[in-house]
Amino acid sequence: MEYAFRGVSALCAVLVLVLLGGIIVSLAHDSWPALRTFGWSFLTAQRWNPVTEKFGALAALYGTLVTSVIAMLIAVPISFGIAVFLTETCPTWLRAPISTAIELLASIPSIVFGLWGLFVLAPILQSTIQPWLIEHLGKIPGAGFLFQGPPFGIGLLTAGLVLAVMVLPFITAVMREVFSITPTPLKEAAYGMGATQWEVVRGVVVPWSRPGIIGGLMLGLGRALGETMAVTFVVGNAHRITGSLLAPGTTISASIANEFTEAVGDLYTSALIALGLVLFLITFTVIASARLLLMRLESGAGARE
Amino acid sequence: MTRLQRRKLVNLFGFGASALATALGLAVLAALLWTLIARGVPSISPALFTQNTPAPGSPGGLANAIFGSVLMTLLGIAAGAPIGLMAGTYLSEYGRGTKLAALIRFINDVLLSAPSIIIGLFVYTVVVMRAGHFSALAGAMSLAIIAIPVVVRTSEDMLQLVPNALREASAALGAAPWRTIVSTIYPAARSGLLTGLLLSIARISGETAPLLFTALNNQFWSTKLNAPMANLPSVIFQFAMSPYRDWQALAWSGALLITSFVLVLSIGARMLSAMSRGRSQGRA
Repeated sequence: MEYAFRGVSALCAVLVLVLLGGIIVSLAHDSWPALRTFGWSFLTAQRWNPVTEKFGALAALYGTLVTSVIAMLIAVPISFGIAVFLTETCPTWLRAPISTAIELLASIPSIVFGLWGLFVLAPILQSTIQPWLIEHLGKIPGAGFLFQGPPFGIGLLTAGLVLAVMVLPFITAVMREVFSITPTPLKEAAYGMGATQWEVVRGVVVPWSRPGIIGGLMLGLGRALGETMAVTFVVGNAHRITGSLLAPGTTISASIANEFTEAVGDLYTSALIALGLVLFLITFTVIASARLLLMRLESGAGARE
Repeated sequence: MTRLQRRKLVNLFGFGASALATALGLAVLAALLWTLIARGVPSISPALFTQNTPAPGSPGGLANAIFGSVLMTLLGIAAGAPIGLMAGTYLSEYGRGTKLAALIRFINDVLLSAPSIIIGLFVYTVVVMRAGHFSALAGAMSLAIIAIPVVVRTSEDMLQLVPNALREASAALGAAPWRTIVSTIYPAARSGLLTGLLLSIARISGETAPLLFTALNNQFWSTKLNAPMANLPSVIFQFAMSPYRDWQALAWSGALLITSFVLVLSIGARMLSAMSRGRSQGRA
């Protein structure tokens, strides 16, 4: 009985490794037809033409990166603010309800964010913020091209905004965690020298928790890169690269979600699976480095005590 | 302005901005929930639970989609939870401190944040392509694969919270390790394990991307496991993207249903873990 129990438990644990291996092998195997046909040009070509069966991932790759960068630019300062508020200034009785509310944001299914983005956020952006951006920022020489074209409502910027809301709770949670383990003696020493509360945050808490902050950022980035349904609703699904952030685009995950069940022909399907493989390799790298950073922080914090 | 005044001003500004950021985060949550209620509630009716998804223009409900979602979530959890629990047991008990356990823990953490659409593609290539058709079983399998890392993580964490004295006491009575685990450690960690279970149900019940190419969708009532089956997330996706007003209204009701379900589960899990923490502190 002991051997059986132990064996089953070890088997289940190893299954986790098998799953990862299986995902990589099966995606690699089924994307081989597309990768063999297009070679490196799969990553560098922008064309995506199901009729002539010419596929390149560049437009989707571009959209994935741009939307994630927008999301991070918006979510990181806000998460930082929330984490600082919760660990430093928030009255104790408010701490639990607010952090619970922020964490609940993480449990809302992504399709609900998509629905909200499409029917609520996009019309608001279309009628207010986007015309303003076009009017005022569209003329800036050098950077103006980012805000040109008609206000569609949906597009890369909208997708980035929705993603920002979605990754915010994850980044906040990690930051809050690392801020709260900053050793109190360090902070008290700074206060003792007459530092203001903000100076303690900037001079002690942030430097001390820098690896943790970076780990949290990358974890959020990993989420943003792979997020599917919310983006599919609002990104516009156009396989092209235009300079403007207001134009419809696509991301890797949105392309797969939109086209996979409609894909006819082995090469089309294979190209979509190859997109999936590219996405998996990118997110794997980002998430794995984030976890390594956070792990090192944990063991480091233990050693320093 | 003196230097001190400037420093105080910066202090005020910094914390003002952080309070503002918090207010913004809460406002987004409130706006989201308000929209869901405002748009979802009007079309909540008994028909929602008794009638199947309609053709555009005719009345109907979401009964088949609700059934499909519940069934696939249950199947996914029934397959995923035991595997996750056993793997968590290995990491916490048998494999404690070994290199293999550290590697598995790391890979599990990566899988935990891996994009769910990749899991859908994986199940598609392994199951759907081989079988030649979409099926509810494939959908349940992809949900199970998403649930496993969640259960592994929470159960390992919860089992490690069990004090070593309990393990030693049980061993001193002559219990084999498996007996110790089943009769002593699992009961001691019961509410924590239950929390993990609730969280993983919450996680998979809203998943959409992996179901799109595994369970597909079905306009009709179907209980066949090896055929495409309707499910709430896919129906919401299809109906929301359609130009028909009544379909869109149903999509909002579906979204309201899923969100309330998930929020109730998450809050329940939170209360459960707070309760058990309070109890164990009381004991110590």
